[in-house]
Amino acid sequence: MARIPILSYIRRDSLVHELTGRTKLIFFIVWSVAAMITYDTRVLVCMLLFSFVVFKVSRIRVRDISFVLGLAAIFLVMNNLFVYLFSPEYGVEIYESRTVLFPIAGPYTVTLQQLFYHFNMTMKVICVVPVALLFIACTDPGEFASSLASIGVSYRVGYSVSLALRYIPDVQREYHNISQAQQARGIDLSGKDKLLTRMKNSVAILLPLVLSSLNRIETVSNAMELRGFGRNKKRTWYNLRKMQRNDWIVVILVLAILAVDLIVTFWDGSRYYNPFI
Amino acid sequence: MASPLISFQDYGFQYMAQAEPTLHHINLDIYPGEKVLIAGTSGSGKSTIGSCINGLIPFAYPGQKTGKLLVGGKEPDQSSIFELSHTVGTVLQDTDGQFIGLTVGEDIAFAPENNCVPQDEMKQIVERVAKLVDIDHHLQYAPHELSGGQKQRVSLAGVMVEDVKALLFDEPLANLDPAAGRAAIELIDMVHEQTGAAVIIIEHRLEDVLWRSMDRIVLMNEGRIIADMPVAKMLAGNYLLEHGIREPLYLTALRYAGVEITEELHPEHVNGLVLTDEIRDKVQKWYQAQQTMLRTEEKGPELLRIEHLNFGYTPEKYTLQDVSFTIRKGDMVSIVGRNGAGKSTLAKLICGFEQPISGDIRLDGRDLSGETIKERAANIGYVMQNPNQMISKPMIWDEVEMALVQSGMPKEERTERVEKTLKICGLYPFRKWPVSALSFGQKKRVTIASILVQRPQMIILDEPTAGQDYRHYTEIMEFLKDLNRQGYTIVMITHDMHLMLEYTPRAIVFSEGKMLADTTAAHVLNDPELVRAANLKETSLYTLSMACGIDKPQLFTECFIGYEQKEGR
Repeated sequence: MARIPILSYIRRDSLVHELTGRTKLIFFIVWSVAAMITYDTRVLVCMLLFSFVVFKVSRIRVRDISFVLGLAAIFLVMNNLFVYLFSPEYGVEIYESRTVLFPIAGPYTVTLQQLFYHFNMTMKVICVVPVALLFIACTDPGEFASSLASIGVSYRVGYSVSLALRYIPDVQREYHNISQAQQARGIDLSGKDKLLTRMKNSVAILLPLVLSSLNRIETVSNAMELRGFGRNKKRTWYNLRKMQRNDWIVVILVLAILAVDLIVTFWDGSRYYNPFI
Repeated sequence: MASPLISFQDYGFQYMAQAEPTLHHINLDIYPGEKVLIAGTSGSGKSTIGSCINGLIPFAYPGQKTGKLLVGGKEPDQSSIFELSHTVGTVLQDTDGQFIGLTVGEDIAFAPENNCVPQDEMKQIVERVAKLVDIDHHLQYAPHELSGGQKQRVSLAGVMVEDVKALLFDEPLANLDPAAGRAAIELIDMVHEQTGAAVIIIEHRLEDVLWRSMDRIVLMNEGRIIADMPVAKMLAGNYLLEHGIREPLYLTALRYAGVEITEELHPEHVNGLVLTDEIRDKVQKWYQAQQTMLRTEEKGPELLRIEHLNFGYTPEKYTLQDVSFTIRKGDMVSIVGRNGAGKSTLAKLICGFEQPISGDIRLDGRDLSGETIKERAANIGYVMQNPNQMISKPMIWDEVEMALVQSGMPKEERTERVEKTLKICGLYPFRKWPVSALSFGQKKRVTIASILVQRPQMIILDEPTAGQDYRHYTEIMEFLKDLNRQGYTIVMITHDMHLMLEYTPRAIVFSEGKMLADTTAAHVLNDPELVRAANLKETSLYTLSMACGIDKPQLFTECFIGYEQKEGR
């Protein structure tokens, strides 16, 4: 199949791909922490620009991951909507000032502060999502488990995660095959039918898909046990790569980013950068 | 004699979820370095024996046991599945499912990883074992980049890293095309010679396993050992056919010719047969007598015409190149070729799942290019290889009725159609049953019924008999033959040579996206070049006819099939 499966490793030659899984994992975690802590707009803008650079360097194209990006965008919009519905004055509280742009109805007013708050929140997510996707797309799934284990996660957990990722393309291929065969039996998924019928129809594909996946799980867990998985508390890794010069540079860089992030953010004693006072 | 490596002593086993024991009073000793074939139909308990040996019973599948079992001198339930894996290495049937690592090297290293072998040492082990099974040039490959045969090499390497005393193969040939199957058996033999480990093969494709010598055959039926004897003695007896296992074709041919199969004949291998002049004479005479009985098929009007079809998932590489052929009404045709030759892609194009880059597909003279999947499905039915991938309703009736409900047909008409279809498929007595109560073969029928109910003119089946034992194979194929007699046109994608030889007069051969031949099945299997290109192997009938001094092996094969259709079964 020519199209690239969703959420899977995309093999390309790039600096990002060359880094060890461990480095990318550390980068991803530290980066996320940095983005979660700060609400400082200046820091966020810098981080955002940096993440675009990383994205460029990785040679992953936007359309490779457009589906997941779309999903993330939908969640982001929902998230913003709910935050506004439940606390429309949160921004005012944080920034201790109130600039009304226009009222909507009842307690709902659009204030500059609230908009600024939403802007920052959105920025945080936009900073993390590309890096998270890059982590998945650029890390050889074979390195997943070993890199998780190298930062202290139990190898059983690590392996489950990596197996799950490993089977995503297989399951997608199977879904494709099943759906074609079901379409030949008159099940239309192309969107001409009503939503309810379409949902009912998708069950016709999901049931066989789930059953065959369960089968697959049984086989693989038997195969793993037969070859001694889970015998010892620890295990060694065939493809755990040693940290190279570039790896150390990246790790130091991301730690430095975190440090700068913390300093700039808390310099004035608050997580928020306040342009209003 | 040394003490046995594996010893069943009046052993019985019942799975926790089952009401009846699966194994009864098994007495079986397997000695170090032996090569044993365990044969039996599905449900005979042969796979359960395998699970007892490698420790999946009782560790993954708990249950109740009686009697005693010793593996490497220890009782499995006193030991652990890990400890057992040092003694017995298992290669499972599903070469895809057991591929754990993401690359070949990683998969081979899986067991040493779990044993905490340091990385440097591990790399050396992997290198050495990979060389032994000749996969050392593919260490960086991902599973989907490998052929079925290569995947099996990886699986074998993955268990050989342990220096095991016994290698257990659970239906090693099920997912392989004939040539890859033969290579697998040769590989197993080579590994046996180099390591001296005992080899236990669980398989019902007898002739293929016997391509290399085995010490003995253990025949199972309904949870009991029916016979346990040297290969020659087993083949000379009548045990196999009686218990649903197909004997090698050359032996069947000899029987047809009135030759008695004895141990003195050395029936283990077609090349080793001791043929006396008397036997040759008998075969010659039978051949002469049969020739006059051959009839030619009459041809129906044209149904499907494919002209200069080209297709590729990417513009640079074509999966199918300039394919042209016609299918006539009432035909029963095999499409053969190795994995990745483009057979399944062709089916997808015909059904409209994919669109060709150029070329014509015409049904009854009508161009299909403008028709959707759904519209084409009214005329061309497609049955997937695995029925579990198609069945989406819990009840048989609903499953068969589904396509009709979707098309909005009124209820009375639906009921009538479903009833009629169920009757054709021999499923009418089960119409109120849940699908889960059916055997694999019956499920296959349900999927065929769910396609037939749309009254297509033509049915395409992908590997209709894959993984089936002889009994179920015959059941499915006789059913399809019956449908064919009723006027349905049937096209099968397969690499089962028996199927092609016995049931389809005509075969279309593909290799690397190109159509190599469109001829009789007997011709394909007697043409060494085609056999090689399609990853098939010549039949033992070919070898036998040569040994008997018959000048036209193809005709001999045709005689055999003609005779079988008339007299056999």
